[in-house]
Amino acid sequence: MARYIMVIDTRRCVGCMDCVVACKTENNIPEGYTRDWITETVRGKFPTTSLEIRTERCNHCANPPCVSCCPTGASHVHERGGVVLVNKEECIGCKACLAACPYDARYIHPDGYADKCTFCIHRVEKGQLPACVSVCPTRCMHFGDADDPSSEVSQLLASRPQHTLLPEAGTKPRIYYLT
Amino acid sequence: MIEFTNHRHNPLVDPAVHVWGWEIPVYLFLGGLVAGLMIIAGVRLLIMRPNARQALVCCTIGPLAGLVLLSLGMLALFLDLSHKFHVWRLYLAFEPTSPMSWGAWILLFVYPALLANALAHLPEAIPALAKRVPVLVTISDYILSRPRLVLGTGLANITIGVALGLYTGILLGTMGARPLWNSAVLGPLFLFSGLSTAAALLHGILVLTARDDELPEFADFLLSMVARWSGARPLDTRIAPTLAQADNSFLTIELGLLGLLLIGHLTSTAVHQEAAGLLLNGPYAAVFWVFVIGLGILIPLFLQHLELLHRIRHTIAPSLLVLCGGLVLRFVLVAAGQASHWSAALP
Amino acid sequence: MNALSRRRFLKISAASVVAAGVAGRMAGALNSAATREAKGVRQVPTFCDICFWKCGAIASVRDGQLWKIEGNPADPLCRGRLCPRGTGGIGAHTDPDRLRAPLIRTHERGEEKWQEVTWDEALEYIAGRMKRIAAEHGPESMAAFAHGIGGTFLKHTLKAYGAVNFAAPSFAQCRGPRDVGFKLTFGDDVGSPERTDIENTDCLVLLGSHLGENMHNTQVQEFATAVGRGASLIVVDPRFSVAASKAKFYLPIKPGTDLALLLAWMHVIVTEKLYDADYVAKYGFGFEQFAASLAGYTPEWAFVETGIEPDTIRATAREMARHRPATLVHPGRHVNWNGDDAQRSRAIALLNALLGSWGRKGGFYQPSSMDIPAYPYPRYPKAARPTLDNPGRKYPFAHEAISTGIREATISGKPYPIKGWLVYATNLLNALPNQEETIRAIKQLDLLVVVDVIPSEIAGWADVVLPESVYLERFDDLNPEYFKQPFLALRQPVVESPHDQKPNWWIAKKLAEKLGLGAFYPWKDIEEYLEHRVTAAGLSYAELKQKGIIRGQPQPLYFEDGAPAEFDTPSKKIEFYSLQLEKAGFDPVPRYTPPAAGPAGSFRLLFGRAPMHSFSRTQSNRLLTDLMDENAVWLNHTAATRLGLKSGDYVRLRNQDGVVSNRVKVKATERIRPDCVYLVHGFGHTARSLRHAYGKGASDAQLVTRYRTDPLMGGTGMNVNFVTLEPEA
Repeated sequence: MARYIMVIDTRRCVGCMDCVVACKTENNIPEGYTRDWITETVRGKFPTTSLEIRTERCNHCANPPCVSCCPTGASHVHERGGVVLVNKEECIGCKACLAACPYDARYIHPDGYADKCTFCIHRVEKGQLPACVSVCPTRCMHFGDADDPSSEVSQLLASRPQHTLLPEAGTKPRIYYLT
Repeated sequence: MIEFTNHRHNPLVDPAVHVWGWEIPVYLFLGGLVAGLMIIAGVRLLIMRPNARQALVCCTIGPLAGLVLLSLGMLALFLDLSHKFHVWRLYLAFEPTSPMSWGAWILLFVYPALLANALAHLPEAIPALAKRVPVLVTISDYILSRPRLVLGTGLANITIGVALGLYTGILLGTMGARPLWNSAVLGPLFLFSGLSTAAALLHGILVLTARDDELPEFADFLLSMVARWSGARPLDTRIAPTLAQADNSFLTIELGLLGLLLIGHLTSTAVHQEAAGLLLNGPYAAVFWVFVIGLGILIPLFLQHLELLHRIRHTIAPSLLVLCGGLVLRFVLVAAGQASHWSAALP
Repeated sequence: MNALSRRRFLKISAASVVAAGVAGRMAGALNSAATREAKGVRQVPTFCDICFWKCGAIASVRDGQLWKIEGNPADPLCRGRLCPRGTGGIGAHTDPDRLRAPLIRTHERGEEKWQEVTWDEALEYIAGRMKRIAAEHGPESMAAFAHGIGGTFLKHTLKAYGAVNFAAPSFAQCRGPRDVGFKLTFGDDVGSPERTDIENTDCLVLLGSHLGENMHNTQVQEFATAVGRGASLIVVDPRFSVAASKAKFYLPIKPGTDLALLLAWMHVIVTEKLYDADYVAKYGFGFEQFAASLAGYTPEWAFVETGIEPDTIRATAREMARHRPATLVHPGRHVNWNGDDAQRSRAIALLNALLGSWGRKGGFYQPSSMDIPAYPYPRYPKAARPTLDNPGRKYPFAHEAISTGIREATISGKPYPIKGWLVYATNLLNALPNQEETIRAIKQLDLLVVVDVIPSEIAGWADVVLPESVYLERFDDLNPEYFKQPFLALRQPVVESPHDQKPNWWIAKKLAEKLGLGAFYPWKDIEEYLEHRVTAAGLSYAELKQKGIIRGQPQPLYFEDGAPAEFDTPSKKIEFYSLQLEKAGFDPVPRYTPPAAGPAGSFRLLFGRAPMHSFSRTQSNRLLTDLMDENAVWLNHTAATRLGLKSGDYVRLRNQDGVVSNRVKVKATERIRPDCVYLVHGFGHTARSLRHAYGKGASDAQLVTRYRTDPLMGGTGMNVNFVTLEPEA
């Protein structure tokens, strides 16, 4: 039973947005829309400041509110890996899932259906990495199976301090940020 | 001091989520209104006395209006969809965890329930129409001659009406990501708001159409309901539309529920407190206090109280105020709810 | 002087290329390329041209459309991963505002009013004017500014024509001072790609260098490796850059005072005897005099100049020394700041010399390249007159042409007039300081030809604009890279040009034919040229086409591995004390002068890079503008509050000479000193044909009206302008 997660090293990330444009070209995302993005959090007063840079996207939560609220089942959990996907044929564009996501990770595609990061499942099932992970020049992004204790992601989680986003929202997100 | 920069710029989502515009508040209002009409009509059908003509307003005009209003509401829902040609997919699935899926199926059953209720007394209510379309008399007789059918229709209207009134509140209420909505109180709030707007609508129709010498005798049944809830004093048989009294009760309950909603948030987490603040003293405060609380609840409450004390005549004013207040309540909640977010808690 | 002659070419025989280890690695790269091919997807290897790093790329075409561009795993520069600009290169091909057809201007220069013409008409026009210039003034009066590998054929045509004045802004406006400073010290320049061994360093010192926002791919990849390894990072910058956020020590230095800090560091390292004494003794010249001259540069003295606490200066100096020789004080890249930049860069070189990092692992390695013979052309005609970019060797240590020198000669007509400019792939109006001087120079010309891919500002002033194919649509000259791992790369077309655009080699060849210089293009088409050179090097052209890259035999990188410890200086050693500087009347050891202050209430204007944009050439690339559409003026939060400004407000910047910028967004932040503001370079476009980029953000180049020229090498220090902010009315 695989459980796909991402582990991202914020120490190495420089916020270059390569992940954003790689996703755009790989998945033909229309101009003006993005499935992943960079955030910057600055704390302190000059010159004693700190900066955390994160690359964010849908967290493919283990308890996904976007799946439970979908009236047609278009928003569903993939049979392998726990990846949250949208079947665009079944989507009616009601936008409940956009309202239900505490990370605001979804958007409505110009063609009318709800869309978001898919963990590049079409690449993963061919043995490749998601586009964002494979392009990252600082090699700060890692993708793999958390159910496999020997996987790189499992080992990183076991050895480095980390946090997820909005754990108190109860969604059980699957993207971990190493600090 | 935290500087937070998000480089995402998706339409409808950034800088703040705004996926639902006017279509959804309009539907919520109409849906609640129809739910109230169904419940009132359903109760009336069950307790109808054979000679009570004014009851027909509740029993027939109400459901007929409901059929039209609900269709308008569903049109608004359809307009909101961004993948319209796929709307039929709603009826290929039933997702038990999705209040919207529940709603899609509930709406399907609302129509026959409303229609049956309206057809039961249609010839009495609109004789001219019955003369033109004789089959209406046949249907009405058929229904009224079967007490079980009458009972079933009445119960169906009440049950489905309650479901219709509750589910929209549950739909919003189960969205944990939008803290302002995230409360179990929202379901009952929408139900009682719907009831208050329905009572106001019917009261308004009566005021507009009543002949000065006619007594709204149907007031009895509402009185008995209210008597049960509020332990009211003996009946006033004059033209004191107990509809107004009922409306006041619904308004009072609605006010109480709004209070509980806000109290629940103010005693919850930081994001919930911030969400409540949007209504209490934030960007939506003016609209909320003036239009929803003031003009939508308190003033009509006061006016109807005066009407009931025979200090002033019955006018259309409280009815219009309650209806507008109900609509604005939906608009404010939908807008402010989308503006409330957990991201405030992002480190 | 031939810029290539100072490099040490290591002859590599064809046999050694196919050495077993290399073959093994090649097979791996081949296999991974094969597995990535899917049905209906065609993959073509090439190398990128969005910036000058030339990362190897593999472009995928699906159903006839460009789908995506990924890094070539066989490429030592990018190691299979491109930067955001390379990944977004498709946007250059699909840019709706691209130049489409040759244009001849119909009105005054700069009005951007054109007539579309055929290539024949355009080239005929140019050839006619060039012949006239040669007849009236001589072919030396035709100058060329070219930046990037695509300029080689155009330069070849012009050299055949008899031109001698060629320059790229990269020397006098960008990295020139650091190359001169290092050459004076070590006898060799820093190179591009820089010969910095970042991935192995234990202590990286960055002065103003903002790796991570400056996206030179290999540098950023190695930077991340060093950070991941826990290398100690010291960042000196008036702005809390991304690099600064990862630093062990962040020094928020007062702008323009870096030389004081460097001298104080060296003072501490010398007086506390923390330097690599063996290395200095073995390779150094003039150390005693050098050490003596450092006497007054105490940390206490430097604190007054820089604002950096003396304890911090000592702590960071000791930190550097602790990790030597694997301590790298990065030479930077764009170092034209104050006008004393060659000497400041020399101070960086000296600090590295003290730490013994030159030629050592974790410091500076010895690059090498494969020897690919040039094409046998006829000799160029002998020049009647010398180059005029540096008359009388006024700037004695400039070892490349000074672009602003050519501009000056064009304005003054001395020592002889320049009547024609050919400009290839460089937006001179944004690259050279003081736009007004560039325009004045243009007005003196009989002919301004611009070859570009987008209708840039300089193209707007041209007489003839020639639209070039973007790199995804063309062949180019070979790239035998001079790097840690020598390799040869090929650029080849992936898709066709969508309109009437042509590659530079075709333009150059056709122009030569029109000028009657067909003899200088004995090859019929570009592949004949490429195949000739590749085969002459003992390599297979077919293999190069298929893989995009052929790697050479790695050579020793460090002295300890056998890299020759040779220094091409007068003393043949590392010159701690420079007699040649002394003889020329300059300071033999760098000496600090405080920067001039600006008008009261103004902020020093600083500028730099964003990782998703290159110069001013990507602001109409829709994929990249989706990441960043406009720049913002960084302003200290407290300063902003005092001015009544907050993030998101729009202001205009007015400089000390009254030049007012376009409206620009304010970024009120804790990440910058209160005495300066910062802009990402390349925005604020004024060329109306750049419809998407026009009017977005502010142009720093427009505000750089003053510059201080480096007396050693003619570099133009540009961080000497001051601005005030006016709320947008």
